[in-house]
Amino acid sequence: MKRVPVVEMIGINKWFPGVKANKNINFRVYPGEIHALLGENGAGKSTLMSILAGLYRPDSGTVKVKGQPLRLRSPRLALQAGIGMIHQHFRLVNNMTVAENVMLGAKGRVRIRTEEIEKRVRDLSEQFGLAVDPHAKVSHLSLGEQQRVEILKMLYRGCDTLILDEPTTVLTPQEVKDLFKTLRLMADQGKAVVLITHKLSEVMEIADYVTVLRRGEVVGSDHIHNLDEQTLTRMMVAREVIFPEFNRSHQLGPTVLAVSDLSVPNDRGRTAVRRANLELHEGEILAIAGVAGNGQRELVEALAGLRPVSAGSIRLQGKEISHLPIRERSEMGLTFIPEDRMGMGLVPNISVVENAMLRVYRYPENRRGLLLDYRTLEAYTYSLVDRYQIAVADIYHPVNYLSGGNLQKLLLGRELDLDPTVLVAAYPVRGLDVAATQAVYDLLLEQRQKGTAIMLVLEDLDDVFRIADRVAVMYNGEIKAVLNVSETDIDSIGALMLGVQ
Amino acid sequence: MKRLRLVRRNNESWLVKVAVPILSILLAILVGWIFLVLSGYDAAETYRRMIQGAFGSPYAISETIVKAIPLALTGLAVSVAFRMKLWNIGAEGQLYMGAFAAAGVVMFLGDWPSWLLLSVMLAAGFAAGAIWGLIPGALRAFWNVNETITTLLLNYVAIFWVSYLVFGPWKDPNAMGFPLAPRFPQAAYLPVIPGSRVHIGILVAVAVAVLLYIVMKYTRWGYEVRVTGESPEAARYAGMNVVRNILLVMLVSGGIAGMTGMIEVSGITHRLQQDISASYGYTGIIIAWLARLNPFTVLLVAFLFGALLVGGFGVQTYGIPYAIVLMLQGAVLFFLLAGDIMLKYRLTITRED
Repeated sequence: MKRVPVVEMIGINKWFPGVKANKNINFRVYPGEIHALLGENGAGKSTLMSILAGLYRPDSGTVKVKGQPLRLRSPRLALQAGIGMIHQHFRLVNNMTVAENVMLGAKGRVRIRTEEIEKRVRDLSEQFGLAVDPHAKVSHLSLGEQQRVEILKMLYRGCDTLILDEPTTVLTPQEVKDLFKTLRLMADQGKAVVLITHKLSEVMEIADYVTVLRRGEVVGSDHIHNLDEQTLTRMMVAREVIFPEFNRSHQLGPTVLAVSDLSVPNDRGRTAVRRANLELHEGEILAIAGVAGNGQRELVEALAGLRPVSAGSIRLQGKEISHLPIRERSEMGLTFIPEDRMGMGLVPNISVVENAMLRVYRYPENRRGLLLDYRTLEAYTYSLVDRYQIAVADIYHPVNYLSGGNLQKLLLGRELDLDPTVLVAAYPVRGLDVAATQAVYDLLLEQRQKGTAIMLVLEDLDDVFRIADRVAVMYNGEIKAVLNVSETDIDSIGALMLGVQ
Repeated sequence: MKRLRLVRRNNESWLVKVAVPILSILLAILVGWIFLVLSGYDAAETYRRMIQGAFGSPYAISETIVKAIPLALTGLAVSVAFRMKLWNIGAEGQLYMGAFAAAGVVMFLGDWPSWLLLSVMLAAGFAAGAIWGLIPGALRAFWNVNETITTLLLNYVAIFWVSYLVFGPWKDPNAMGFPLAPRFPQAAYLPVIPGSRVHIGILVAVAVAVLLYIVMKYTRWGYEVRVTGESPEAARYAGMNVVRNILLVMLVSGGIAGMTGMIEVSGITHRLQQDISASYGYTGIIIAWLARLNPFTVLLVAFLFGALLVGGFGVQTYGIPYAIVLMLQGAVLFFLLAGDIMLKYRLTITRED
């Protein structure tokens, strides 16, 4: 007997302005299966699943649910067909309870029987190992618990296909384990689970079946038993991953930036960085590794001057800077590449020239009398465009027309052009394709050669091995260890990231 | 299945930029036409009188300009703040405070030579408007108080303050009980083009437009204002002094509106009184938006709005109720604003299977 797929997508195409996000994709999920949808950022995973969840409409192609062709024109229709999606950003009402959130928008009678709903929520949590108190307010829950509420919401509505978009990014290692247990339970009870991810380790751990996307196309789809990590990596990036060896420095240059006993609060005033100690040396690349949300962001923002510190000191070439404004720090040679490329690093809706001049517009040589000298600034912009090979149609067009890689090259080029003593960058290759990533790394290595002390927050351990001299591992706001990359391996760093002693 | 969808335009061609406003006005005229006919009026004659009232004679044109001057200045005033996404809804109040300060100067320094008196009045008008803008500016800059609400509320304070003065301490004993402050001496009148009411304020409006254009486009401060308006995070990242810029922007915005108040009392009413402004401060907001914050376009749009106001007066003498005049003005506005959306988006028919 042939099994019927619970969801089948045939020949799906989807264009966005300027990009083809999905090219002729075929995708099949069977009941009782955990299906990993694997690919780099921007490979089209979320787009494809958003089509399935009724958020986007395909430009062409068919979606069949349990053999029936269906038009999923809204999330509501998708839910009625049994398809639910859990997004990276949860869609919960913070000041309502778990039970209220679960029943919100679900079909029901006019009169709401609270006890009935709570009982059903409790049954479902037991059935699938989703520990959460139905009376608790969502705002009091951790991100992991909130995710459970989202899952309960979908189960309550009778979903038999559950899509999770990068569900582990916000979770602690223990929560990841619990989540995987739940997913397995769901699969065992005949539900289909689609896991969108770019993390190989998760795929190997939990998936039954894998579909790999690259640049909007399916490059492979197979049973997990027929695959290994090497093969999957190759499918994702389409080449053998050989990282060019570079001369790792074994001797440290003089200390340029010294952080001692630094504590930094997060947006809510809680301590996000706890008594951190770090030294950054001339001509080295120090990576900050850690599961997202363990204080990396707060640390680099404090170094840049975007976030006040609550205790400790930051010394740049011996001078205390922890209370200096951003501008004075940058004048002293400290420059920062923010995580938020468009919006903080670059200004949307204004031209490439006006973005290129963000640092140098104050310089007297770019002024004629009281006015800005656009002729000099134009020449300056062209020199950046040439030197950093930024593909630009017209430097007076808004920057919004540039691709992600070119945006990052513009931002990085602008900052490197200042020839900084210290460069701090948060997630410098996030969302970039392979070629753009390589270009960014080349620029950073070149700058390192010039003696700049570079600190990078990285999310991918592979990247740490590819580019860093040393790595500092953060867990729960603390720096657990600072290691020489050449003397360590992925497993030891991974263990430190998860807080294993 | 076919559906209508709004799709964002990637670029705006010149043809579209010209065609859409013209089409908008034609549609407004059509709607007004139907309305007039249904109400039993001669639509063609009404429109003829409206156009004649606004442009039909040298006097008509001069009156249109007289109305356009304060509209242009308030439009310019708020467009400065809007550049930085500061929603200054308070040009009306800033205008009144400027008028109050100018009148105060006349009361105490009335016997100065004209050029000196007028200069001091203009400076006082600017200063008073600037202070009225700085109050919400400071609240916003230091404590993040929403400036939309504070600027709006301060309008009432300013308007009632002027009412208090003209009903009370500054009331002219010779005005036969009317709530009017004493008439200015001739030295405090703005020079006019002989035979019309068009005063030198027109030059002020043009000068302010030119100056703002240059400042916004070619100075470091203008650049900082635009960067902050697009992304406050980027401004902070670049080390710009956001607090100082909020204060400066509100000072300039309020100051220009304050000058408008001085120009109205010195050029038109020649005394402080109630109703110096026919809601110029509010209309200026619409003008600034329609002009996309471009100073020269503000001048043009203000002229059209002046025509709409003056043309409306012309129709009233023909026996058409004021309410219908307002309706016609509203229709023009409505279609212009709706047309603005068509400039940014285009309507497409998509087919889906």
